[in-house]
Amino acid sequence: MHELSITQSVVDEVRSRAGSRRVHAVRLEIGALTAVVPSAMEFCFELVAAGTVVEGAKLEIDLTPARAACRACGVSFDLPDPVLLCACGSADVSVLTGRELKIVSMEVG
Amino acid sequence: MCGTCGCGADEHAHEHVSLEQNVLAKNDAIARDNRAWLRKRDAIALNLMSSPGSGKTTLLERTLVALARTRPAAVIEGDQATSLDAERLRRTGAPAVQVNTGAGCHLDAALVRSALSRLDPPPGAVVFVENVGNLVCPAMFDLGEQRKVVVISVTEGTDKPLKYPYMFAAADLVLVNKIDLLPYVDFDLDLCAKHARAVNPDLTMLTLSATTGEGLPAWYDWIASV
Repeated sequence: MHELSITQSVVDEVRSRAGSRRVHAVRLEIGALTAVVPSAMEFCFELVAAGTVVEGAKLEIDLTPARAACRACGVSFDLPDPVLLCACGSADVSVLTGRELKIVSMEVG
Repeated sequence: MCGTCGCGADEHAHEHVSLEQNVLAKNDAIARDNRAWLRKRDAIALNLMSSPGSGKTTLLERTLVALARTRPAAVIEGDQATSLDAERLRRTGAPAVQVNTGAGCHLDAALVRSALSRLDPPPGAVVFVENVGNLVCPAMFDLGEQRKVVVISVTEGTDKPLKYPYMFAAADLVLVNKIDLLPYVDFDLDLCAKHARAVNPDLTMLTLSATTGEGLPAWYDWIASV
């Protein structure tokens, strides 16, 4: 359950930026290759936010699909799982997206 | 009613604040501090991760005894509970501090920072950080180590790299331990290496037995090359 400590980091950061203002929504970007389970984060968010200015805030999660580029044949393609393999058979691929783990924005006031 | 959050306020009462910040920014900043702190002492840290029971502690026992002749070494020992492993490793003569994570399933950079200040490793030391036995959560947390080392053993499944791809994707080195047991188990070294390289084409793999000592010189050479 690393989601608990990751969610704690999110709430800590949001609280420090919000000050005494009430937080109504928090938007995150989570890449498909990050090993973070969004439903586990939603569960933890409610617990971690309780009793703070973030309590009751809506958690919005934008999931970024994983994309990779093959260095052998030059094609860009979707990665359905973390196995780095191009359809041409080459494993010489670089990950373009899917490793994001960002706090994008918040709504306060 | 506000369309963003459903609260009673007017939507325009809310201020949109752009943050665009890495969730793990705080951990990563402390990890960078740890790395700089170690560098000042000409020391390095290696983050050892595995399932419970892969033989990390036995491997460390032998490694500490072997390194004692050439280079100072120290250990940060992470477990959910007890100080059994730190006590066991101190018997090799190397300093070891225990970090108990309680309910936590991984070490983070702040835990390692406080452990480093307690450990006070000598100049030029190799600090082995034995992470909590878990092939999932520790993969995401930079501790300030120079390299991440994943230990698996031949009593586990050949397909472990595919089942726990995030850990193997994060690794610099994979050590396959307990190769003295290969005649008795159904473990395919070549296939395991193929699986590991499928999620991480750049990684180095070494095979060894912490019990018999087979393959250990290559591991010691790898440490010296970091």
